[in-house]
Amino acid sequence: MNEKTEVETVEIFIMGKRYEVPKGLTIMKAMEYSGYQYVRGVGCRGGFCGACATIYRLEGDYKLHTDLACQTTVQDGMYLTQLPFTPAGREQYDLEELEVDNNPLLDLYPELARCVSCNTCSKSCPQDLEVMDFVNEAIRGNIKEVAELSFDCIQCGLCAARCPAEIPHHHVAQLARRIYGRYQAPESEHLEKRVKEIANGQFDDELEELVNLPKEELEERYENREIEE
Amino acid sequence: MRTGKLKSNEEPKEDPYPESMRESIKKVEQTREERIGKEVDRMNPDEREQVLNKYHPDYREEGMRGLDAGPNQGDQMPLELADLLEAYPAVDPSEVDLTKVDYEVDVLVIGGGGAGTVAALWAIKEGIDPSDILIATKLRHGDANSMMAQGGIQAADREVDSPKAHFLDIVGGGHFANKPELARALAKDAPGILKWHEDLGVMYDKNEDGSMKTLHGGGTSRKRLHSAKDYTGMELMRAIRDEARNQEINVEEFSPAVELLTDSDGTVTGALLYNMETEQYYVVRAKSIVMATGGFGRLHIQEFPTTNHYGATADGLVMSYRAGANLLDMDSVQYHPTGAAFPEQIVGLLVTEKVRGSGAIPVNRDGEAFVFNLEPRDVEAGALIRECYGRDMGVETPTGMKGVWLDTPMIDMIHGEGTFEENLAYIYRLYTRFGIDPTEDPLLVFPTLHYQNGGIEIDDEGRTAVEGLFAGGEVEGGVHGKNRLMGNSLLDYNVFGKRAGISAAKRAKETELGDLTLEHARRYIEELEKAGVDEERRSPMLIPEYRGEEALSRSIDII
Ligand SMILES: Cc1cc2nc3c(=O)[nH]c(=O)nc-3n(C[C@H](O)[C@H](O)[C@H](O)COP(=O)(O)OP(=O)(O)OC[C@H]3O[C@@H](n4cnc5c(N)ncnc54)[C@H](O)[C@@H]3O)c2cc1C
Ligand code: FES
Repeated sequence: MNEKTEVETVEIFIMGKRYEVPKGLTIMKAMEYSGYQYVRGVGCRGGFCGACATIYRLEGDYKLHTDLACQTTVQDGMYLTQLPFTPAGREQYDLEELEVDNNPLLDLYPELARCVSCNTCSKSCPQDLEVMDFVNEAIRGNIKEVAELSFDCIQCGLCAARCPAEIPHHHVAQLARRIYGRYQAPESEHLEKRVKEIANGQFDDELEELVNLPKEELEERYENREIEE
Repeated sequence: MRTGKLKSNEEPKEDPYPESMRESIKKVEQTREERIGKEVDRMNPDEREQVLNKYHPDYREEGMRGLDAGPNQGDQMPLELADLLEAYPAVDPSEVDLTKVDYEVDVLVIGGGGAGTVAALWAIKEGIDPSDILIATKLRHGDANSMMAQGGIQAADREVDSPKAHFLDIVGGGHFANKPELARALAKDAPGILKWHEDLGVMYDKNEDGSMKTLHGGGTSRKRLHSAKDYTGMELMRAIRDEARNQEINVEEFSPAVELLTDSDGTVTGALLYNMETEQYYVVRAKSIVMATGGFGRLHIQEFPTTNHYGATADGLVMSYRAGANLLDMDSVQYHPTGAAFPEQIVGLLVTEKVRGSGAIPVNRDGEAFVFNLEPRDVEAGALIRECYGRDMGVETPTGMKGVWLDTPMIDMIHGEGTFEENLAYIYRLYTRFGIDPTEDPLLVFPTLHYQNGGIEIDDEGRTAVEGLFAGGEVEGGVHGKNRLMGNSLLDYNVFGKRAGISAAKRAKETELGDLTLEHARRYIEELEKAGVDEERRSPMLIPEYRGEEALSRSIDII
């Protein structure tokens, strides 16, 4: 073909079909290079949203790898498919009504108790989180630990897809973080205080004055404002 | 070949940087020690002016043009946006049947990112039943710029701070072009928004006594930036989305709006949605509509890479403009100074300002510092472009992209080992995935298209000039004037998402469902014809085109 022969390429198999793509692309860009236009399986393109969960095998390797299409470079002999959706049950709850002292995690997700400690969840996590550790903490009702260990979770659902105990880890973790933030994290007194001051109209007059200031005067106030070190 | 999972730390030790870049890194290492603790002088006003005029993309006349049609005729804006605003409706008005209505709701929210979800939650608080609300969104719920924010959110909640100080920073940062009443709303609502987040269970970074950990951002007069590690946007968005799920708000995913519907008075009465998977359209009739489609990074203005999510294609601007909404400040675009320039896989992705805020400074090919690390964003971006293209002191990558070094190893040297990994977990993970350890090697960066400063004009209740249409978040304008400060847009989507949601709910309680027509689109088509606009041009764009050239050149549509 034409002059593009100098580009070093690798061979990949998108859902089993062979394509040759330039070396060094992400899985996502390689699929686009091959002619796929995404509707599913793409969101942020930056490793935040978990829309691009992908499973792949390498030629000659028995292992099923999991990763993010937007954050993983194609390798020669990669057999891949995306998993843009994992059917995983999520329980409804009312954060204000939860009985937080009675391990609501286990209460809402009793399947947690079926964990067989196989660690497949941790091994499948593209964020390299210690998923099994937080499942164990969840069983024990240690909400803070679950919240902290799961903090970087992007909710791609790959752990849930591979779990033999069928635990929806990402939903459990979301619940734990909200309980921790709502009921257990230390309260911020200065925030409460400021909210009350605003409700009492404490800043209304000075704001009203600024809003109506001519531009020159506003500029002057800005240039002369105090700056905290 | 048999391999196990390649965790980043087990990867074979091949130098991620090619020889030519490694040479330059050696020079950076040589100057590092003496650069620590030494600040580069801030530019004086004249220097800033010069850098902006000569190097900031907004000042490149070839990149802009005036509009010939619609409410903003004559206003200058980027070519890429102007071409979408002056384009024929993607849906031919004569091809759709508006008599078969698929949804009748009180409030239709267009865009399931931060602003849209917040609007829906506050509409409920204002008395609308969740079953009378529909969120229509392009990708999945939460696939949005809101999910990607790293650095933080501003709020004047500390004793030493005040809404007044915040207000001054907002308008000064915006070059005094802001609508003052919008800036006031932003500053005044901020602490209440953080309190609401706390009630939703958001985990902000705090000290043991519960006080908030806060930092300076570019242009702040107080340490006002609140964060949740460098996943602030994700922590907020996923908690807010989780609450929307608990409230059982109906969300139509993969079903972007493609056109608004109006009655004979021009009041917005509904919208057309398009199911991108099955390619069918849906007709929605609504008493109020909240536009919350976010920004336009994926237009790649002036060919810049972008930090934005896949769906950031200006659809909300296009639809609202046709319906008669006025746009503000579309001539100013925010380029974030530090986008990734290497490796190729992550070009354009954001390296948060928090990295510079923590002490890493930009240096050139020879390891020399050339700019103060926390100039306002537009100035800092201009200085980086000058270093690469004005002074030719940048570093070239194998694909021909230029950039300068952001000297990240400085951070642990200043604050102690482990600081980077702890506070900048996302950036650390992003780079180690590709074999680069930011605590050992610097990162190559170049400005990247980041934020839509302007947008649909609103008042401080979130109302647009079009009856029945409200807007909140990045899609609206006037809040930030010509330049948005870091941490004020997460705040914006909360403050104006909330205000727009409440106003939409109030209107819905007082009005009946209206007639559905595409009259406004027909009228706009006539205007375009008169202006002689190219008939091939269609919008909204919905998704950007990234298919390989070769694949595209052979694409035919026969099924
Ligand atoms: C990488 C990155 C880092 C950032 N860091 C910060 C930060 O530290 N601090 C800060 O304050 N701000 C930050 N920002 C900016 C901030 O995140 C956004 O401005 C803000 O979240 C926008 O919220 P939004 O709800 O208006 O838009 P979005 O969150 O983008 O939501 C818009 C939604 O509408 C959908 N949509 C688009 N078109 C249509 C259509 N036609 N029909 C239906 N739905 C549609 C989109 O897909 C998306 O889901 C950052 C932005 C990015 C990209
Ligand atoms: S597209 Fe969001 S994580 Fe890959």
